[in-house]
Amino acid sequence: MAFLTALIAGLLFGTGLLWSRMCDPQRVLAFLDVAGLWNPALAFTMGGAVLVAMPAFYFVRKRHVDMLGTATTLPDRFKLTARLFCGSAIFGIGWGLSGICPGPGLLLLTGGTTQSIVFVAGIVAGFFVSGVLDESAKTGAQR
Amino acid sequence: MTPDLWSSLGGGLLIGAGAATLLLLNGRIAGISGILDNTVRGVFGAQAWRIAFLLGLVAPAAVFGLGEIRFAQSAPVLALAGVLVGFGTRVGSGCTSGHGVCGLANWSLRSLLATLTFMTSAALVVFIVRHGAVPWHS
Repeated sequence: MAFLTALIAGLLFGTGLLWSRMCDPQRVLAFLDVAGLWNPALAFTMGGAVLVAMPAFYFVRKRHVDMLGTATTLPDRFKLTARLFCGSAIFGIGWGLSGICPGPGLLLLTGGTTQSIVFVAGIVAGFFVSGVLDESAKTGAQR
Repeated sequence: MTPDLWSSLGGGLLIGAGAATLLLLNGRIAGISGILDNTVRGVFGAQAWRIAFLLGLVAPAAVFGLGEIRFAQSAPVLALAGVLVGFGTRVGSGCTSGHGVCGLANWSLRSLLATLTFMTSAALVVFIVRHGAVPWHS
């Protein structure tokens, strides 16, 4: 059951990314290029997505369960940390360089291009580096 | 509204429906960097839903094709950008989907500030790459 519903959720999400053409790096960069020929498309996509998801989050936030009655905790909404800002700024540098974020990056893999393969391999390497640093910070704190 | 903006909005509505479905029926946040991280790490236990979500995510592109794709950088630069995206999204606990879609839909101050931060640093990089100058010098 969890497999099926997650598959449907993924299909909706992936169809949305495809239809909005957010996988084309130049379209994303045209949104980020506020000093050039600015293309607002990404704001429409993100705005539409937030609008539809908002009632679902409201429901779960108030009731602390999902629609199947499973206890569900949403992430903290107010904890502001240096990590949050540093990490987000670094992500933005990579996003601004490439015009690709993780979702579209995975879709691009289906094209089998070298560019998409090295990009996603880079993402996984970045996960690994972050994981290693977290581990060493943990053992450092224990000493 | 141009047809292009309508399809951008329509795609956005579907993305939101996907995020709502995963939250309401799986009790999970559709944050792609986090889902991918846990999948490659092989965090066992409730792992099947992540694989299912990722399969669903890429299936439409595999079936219908990607359409026009214009890469902006060479493969080595994209590899470096990928590392920054992977590292930054883990340290910052989210990407465009987790913070930008789910977090904003959840009225999260954390996600709002994260989204403003990555949009600002991305726009700065684009400005430097495309216009060849740092804004405070031009």
